[in-house]
Amino acid sequence: MTSQPGLTFRKPGFLSLLQDSGRRGAMHMGLATGGAMDRHAWAWANRLLGNPYGTTALEITFGGVEFTSTLETQIAVTGAAVPCLVNGTARSLWTTIQLHPGDTVTLGTPKSGLRSYLAVLGGFQVTPGLGGSCATFPREGTGGLHHDGRPLAEGDHLPCTPGLKPVPNRKVPEHWQPDYRSELELAVIPCAQIERFPASALEAFFSQPYTLTPQTDRMGARLEGPALEVIGKTLISEGTSLGSIQVPANGQPILLLNDRQTIGGYPKLGAVTPRSLDDLAQRQPGTRLRFRPTTLHETQFQERRFLTFFAAGQPARRS
Amino acid sequence: MLWRYEITGADTITLHFGERIDVALVTRIQHASTLLREQLGPRLLDLVPSYTTLLLRYDLLTDDLASLLADVKTALTALPEPLYAGEPSSGNSAGDQQADIIEIPVFYDVSVGPDLDSIAARAGLSVDEVIACHCGATYNVFAIGFAPGFAYLGEVPRELAAPRLDTPRAKVPPGAVGIADTQTAIYPLASPGGWNLIGRTPLQMFDPDRERPSLLDAGQRVRFRAIGRDEYLELGGRLDDLPWGTAEGQKTARKQTESRDLVSSEPETRDLKNGDRQ
Repeated sequence: MTSQPGLTFRKPGFLSLLQDSGRRGAMHMGLATGGAMDRHAWAWANRLLGNPYGTTALEITFGGVEFTSTLETQIAVTGAAVPCLVNGTARSLWTTIQLHPGDTVTLGTPKSGLRSYLAVLGGFQVTPGLGGSCATFPREGTGGLHHDGRPLAEGDHLPCTPGLKPVPNRKVPEHWQPDYRSELELAVIPCAQIERFPASALEAFFSQPYTLTPQTDRMGARLEGPALEVIGKTLISEGTSLGSIQVPANGQPILLLNDRQTIGGYPKLGAVTPRSLDDLAQRQPGTRLRFRPTTLHETQFQERRFLTFFAAGQPARRS
Repeated sequence: MLWRYEITGADTITLHFGERIDVALVTRIQHASTLLREQLGPRLLDLVPSYTTLLLRYDLLTDDLASLLADVKTALTALPEPLYAGEPSSGNSAGDQQADIIEIPVFYDVSVGPDLDSIAARAGLSVDEVIACHCGATYNVFAIGFAPGFAYLGEVPRELAAPRLDTPRAKVPPGAVGIADTQTAIYPLASPGGWNLIGRTPLQMFDPDRERPSLLDAGQRVRFRAIGRDEYLELGGRLDDLPWGTAEGQKTARKQTESRDLVSSEPETRDLKNGDRQ
């Protein structure tokens, strides 16, 4: 059945999802946007292999993966600090790895970080679904390898393109490989509804630490810390933004992430910047976080720099 | 007020067309949506209408806020003046609205709508009267959200309004028709849910393989038509997948919901209650 060569998974890991840069033009149907949670690690995995920005890779949450290649290809693993073995020999992350047919790769449990990105030369060959994306949405039952939202399962085969010209061996310079154990301060763009929060609440939010709780997933990050007082607890539901800091009645903020619901009605203090969310995606529950205000101008400057670096002037896919 | 905008995220702005939920606003936002889609087209990564707002998502690599806002302004100059408060909201310029009403067949029965009796008791009506009442109104799609194709429809006749269940059901089958507060909705996919269920439609509200996956869009108008069991089955309706077999089974099912609730596995319902004009 699997005529196309690729990677066959003996162990799918705790939660492994095909992800790309997410959907476009689908939110109005109630469909989430999705996409790689840590775009930095995901984009590097693709860039090492010369894949254009947006190429589908596998997002592996909490490691525990084993697969065998049925073709001659190159892969790259970035993100969480997991032990990476090829046929039992330890290999580096953040670098290109040559695979021969029959080679078996195992990724262990992260020592730091949370999500690993596995990219392959030319990208995984999956037909895009709704919103032009291959992203996987377990809650919706949409997208992914079988277009049914199922996470990677034992025995799944991710088709790859054989016969591509290999890229020279590359490595991400060490100073660009993040340390996911470092203190994290999330940058926040204050939004109009910030007026609903009394000065004391804002003072607490920007000066006290919050803890990332285990009730955190691809939809949202629930935080625990000083309860924030809100004036007027409910609003009329409106379209949601990535990173939006919603404060429900209990005063504990929730950050809306990639798979968030498309509309929501809690008061919003602001939005965590996309670059800060990339960093957050590698933090395990229990991590202490702080917030600092930034401006839209600064955020968009950083974001454009990021996108320009990874998305602009990328070499075309070789064949 | 014509409209105003708010910065809501790194790559989003939210246009506000009013402060209160109002049927006239639904038409107006739909109109604005069409204008923006026509004139800005693929430049908008997403355009999300809701009760009083329109969220715009743009591409930071190719676009900037100042020029986007200028073009939004130009596009929306064609938007007619809002109606004055108190003016009948049916008098909009959309014209052929009667033809636009989408009819949804519903099998109203306790076998598929386990809360039908409690809604009737609450309203002091017979089950038949509840059905007639639910079918008698024309509803507006205020917003799509919570799940793919989940349409928030309003408003239900006052006597049918009912708070959502204290404990949501762990599983509501696709096609289930529910009421929560002053809104009604159809669950497009099997999901947890706390709305009062009164019936089920055989229609597939969301189908990813259709050219238009979601049967309903914000701004559309909807009516329900009561059908019998035979017609329900003829139209492809299912009765073999009901999650509420026994009262005991339901109790266990409800218990399971509590632990699986993450950020939100529930459609919100408070909107109309709080945004209501009276």
